[in-house]
Amino acid sequence: MELLTDLMSNFWIALVLKLLVVALIIPLIGMVIGFAEMKLSAKMQARVGPYFAGGRWGWAQLIADGVKFFQKEDLIPRDADRPVFKVAPIVVMAGTVALFVVIPWGPGVIFRDLDIGIFYALAISSLTTVGVLMAGWASGNKYSLIGGLRAAGQLIAYELPLVFSAVAVVIMAGTMSMQGIVEAQVSAGYPFVLLQLVGFVVFMIAALAELSRIPFDLPIAESELVMGYLTEYSGFRFLFFFLAEFANMFSMSAIAVTLFLGGWHLPGIPADVLEFAGPLILIGKSFLLVFAMIWFRWTFPRVRQDQLQSLAWKWLIPISLANVILTGVFKVVL
Amino acid sequence: MSIDADTIRHLSEVSVSVELQTEDMTLNIGPQHPSTHGVLRLVARVDGERAFDVQPVIGYMHRGYEKLAEVRTYPQITTIVNRIDWVAGYANEIPFITAAEKIMELEVPPRAQYIRLILTEMARICSHLVFMASYPLELGAASPLFFALRERERVLDLLEGVTGGRFHPNFNRIGGVKPAYGSGSMTRKWVQDLPAGFYRDTRAAMDRVLEVCDELDNLVAGNEIILARTKGVGVIPVDVAASYGLSGPNLRASGVPFDLRKMEHYLPYDELDWNVVTGTNGDCYDRWWCRLQEIRESAKMIQQAIDQVPEGPIQAKVPKVIKVPKGETYVRAENPKGEMGYYLVTDGGNGPYRVKIRSASFSNLSILPWALEGALIPDIIAIMGSLDFVLGDVDR
Amino acid sequence: MSSRTVPGSGLWKGMWVLLYTMVRTIFKPKKYLATVNYPKVKETPVARARGVIALDQEACTVCMLCARNCPDWCIYIEGHKEEIPPDKPGGRIKVRNKLDRFDIDYALCMYCGICVEVCPFDALFWSPEYEYSEAQMGDMMHDMDKLQDWLATVPDQPELEK
Repeated sequence: MELLTDLMSNFWIALVLKLLVVALIIPLIGMVIGFAEMKLSAKMQARVGPYFAGGRWGWAQLIADGVKFFQKEDLIPRDADRPVFKVAPIVVMAGTVALFVVIPWGPGVIFRDLDIGIFYALAISSLTTVGVLMAGWASGNKYSLIGGLRAAGQLIAYELPLVFSAVAVVIMAGTMSMQGIVEAQVSAGYPFVLLQLVGFVVFMIAALAELSRIPFDLPIAESELVMGYLTEYSGFRFLFFFLAEFANMFSMSAIAVTLFLGGWHLPGIPADVLEFAGPLILIGKSFLLVFAMIWFRWTFPRVRQDQLQSLAWKWLIPISLANVILTGVFKVVL
Repeated sequence: MSIDADTIRHLSEVSVSVELQTEDMTLNIGPQHPSTHGVLRLVARVDGERAFDVQPVIGYMHRGYEKLAEVRTYPQITTIVNRIDWVAGYANEIPFITAAEKIMELEVPPRAQYIRLILTEMARICSHLVFMASYPLELGAASPLFFALRERERVLDLLEGVTGGRFHPNFNRIGGVKPAYGSGSMTRKWVQDLPAGFYRDTRAAMDRVLEVCDELDNLVAGNEIILARTKGVGVIPVDVAASYGLSGPNLRASGVPFDLRKMEHYLPYDELDWNVVTGTNGDCYDRWWCRLQEIRESAKMIQQAIDQVPEGPIQAKVPKVIKVPKGETYVRAENPKGEMGYYLVTDGGNGPYRVKIRSASFSNLSILPWALEGALIPDIIAIMGSLDFVLGDVDR
Repeated sequence: MSSRTVPGSGLWKGMWVLLYTMVRTIFKPKKYLATVNYPKVKETPVARARGVIALDQEACTVCMLCARNCPDWCIYIEGHKEEIPPDKPGGRIKVRNKLDRFDIDYALCMYCGICVEVCPFDALFWSPEYEYSEAQMGDMMHDMDKLQDWLATVPDQPELEK
């Protein structure tokens, strides 16, 4: 423990260590969630699911997939805008990695506890969509173009309810720091979801749209747009999108947990245990939300673009705005 | 000055796009696309998400079956008609064989007729279950696929148990169903009647089919997103449907009780108690709902039929080498996709002189330019999927 | 058709179907699993399944009926006449057809079973065996020895429905 503190006091060693953790944790989380999605969806449909790779349960399926992607040829279409096409997966991945900076894993365990943590998180999560738009434009494919533009329309519509429902929590907590929000819930003694149920639901719907998961997976929409903005991607560039999607699922869930479900805190667990159990609690809670996302994905069909927009502008934004006003009024009155 | 059609179109385009100069994009949907059911190609002019002038391009799967049939003998032709609408291969054989029998004026034994009826209805269930599987998938819901296909496997197992083939049974012969194998010692060759336990297994499978219909009802029918995507989308009024020659569930969904099983007496459907399912609105949801109800009706029909299968031979007395006398006839039957007919011209030889195949999907598909005019891209897929065509049936 | 219900109840109903399917598949896989781990577990095909055609060389008389009736002409037969010396001196010399080549090209075969049906001497049989895929298309041509080997897999006559 002392050794670790010593090491962390040196800026450069700490930086390298943190980078290593990030480089390991994102593919790991991506693979775990990817595997869970494969296996759970199989069970929901009375199938076996992956079972061959790695022997028991096919646990190595995602590793095998990763190896497969690296073996594939890196195809770039002739009409593609080459530099943009190449950069797009990196932008998507950068947005994903940057989001992990402000996730509070436990008391004091956070990469950087920014004062404007939640603001930063919501802003940086839009970077993913910029990457998607770049991919759609640069592919030189009509399906990709439609997919990219759909993603942009979706981002504009769903960023607002996402922010508004987070604003209500910020009003309750009185801080924008992610650790601060968790501590506010610890000191209040209850997770904010009890008072912010509406906000939580709106946040999750908007997060689903932001992640472009079914029922809002219009940018990909396999049956309409072939694979949307991913149509022309193959090999490790596709792998980047793939991992980013699953890692994003986790980070969005982690933010939702932090905002609404008490983050790393669980009532009845002493503070010294929380030091170590915090990350586990956060991961456990996030995985519950991830499971819900997987569950939705395999149950629901896809909505249409106009239905998606009317849901956002006619329902979610007014509801979340009203929620903000109500929360503000209560905060002032109480 | 005469104003031709091109000028009018040009003027109208200018008048609507004064504020924002936009350019239409030609979108090729297919021939390789996840939800065109094979190799259909749609050429659409899209303005954002809205599509105009959708033109289907077909023929990528033309295999020339009408021509092939001219150089084959009658037993060989059942092999190739299996492959026209491959999700219900068995049902394709019936009208062809009935046409040949009609020219020969051959009486088919009742047992063979009942076996034909049972297997045809099984083929119908298989075909509709494939629709139940693929249609929600086209709307984005993946799970109904597995629920529907799981039951289809059971029904296909039964078909295989009787005929030996899952997709291409090739089980009908002129004069009945596949007879006891030729002459010879018959030491190990089997008499092709129903295998033991068929009735029991069929009853169990039909119960399961009815159960899975309820499951699909829960998964799909009440689902608000599905309703939003299909209700009122792709409405085909009765007169339009009739003018394009739609048939089968697509026509019945518009409210016309047009069912050849009731009208043409090619199999003993009259001896069973069943209803023609009709929809009311003629939209995508009704087409889906009609097919689900038809699965239920077919399952009930099979349950009744297996109680009534008469004893007796499965094959009428026919010569070993079949020659159909000179003549011509048109026989149509209710295939899962709609009306399937064979116009058969014979000249007394081993094989037909000419066969014209009227396949249901070809006519059903012809409505696409009308139905897709001005539809959104997601609705193109929803409408196209709801018509439930098979490209092998379109191109033949 | 569904009557007016609580909004969202349809969504929940669908989710419930998946949840109970998942739970029962996890806890009772033997009963509810719809698929099998193919190379490890194999489903037995029904006895009548048209898997592969087996040839009984002894019974074949090179009459060519199967080759002529095949809808896509995927059977190749060659034979010659062979004189069998009489059993006892002074007897008649018997002439019989001897099979030289009997190939079925399974890459071309449509599995219709007409050859089995028309064979007048019980030389061809269906076997439900299905695992004979090859990496090269040319290897799908089975010669007479290979077809003879399939004969061991032909099942006995199954019971018929009374």
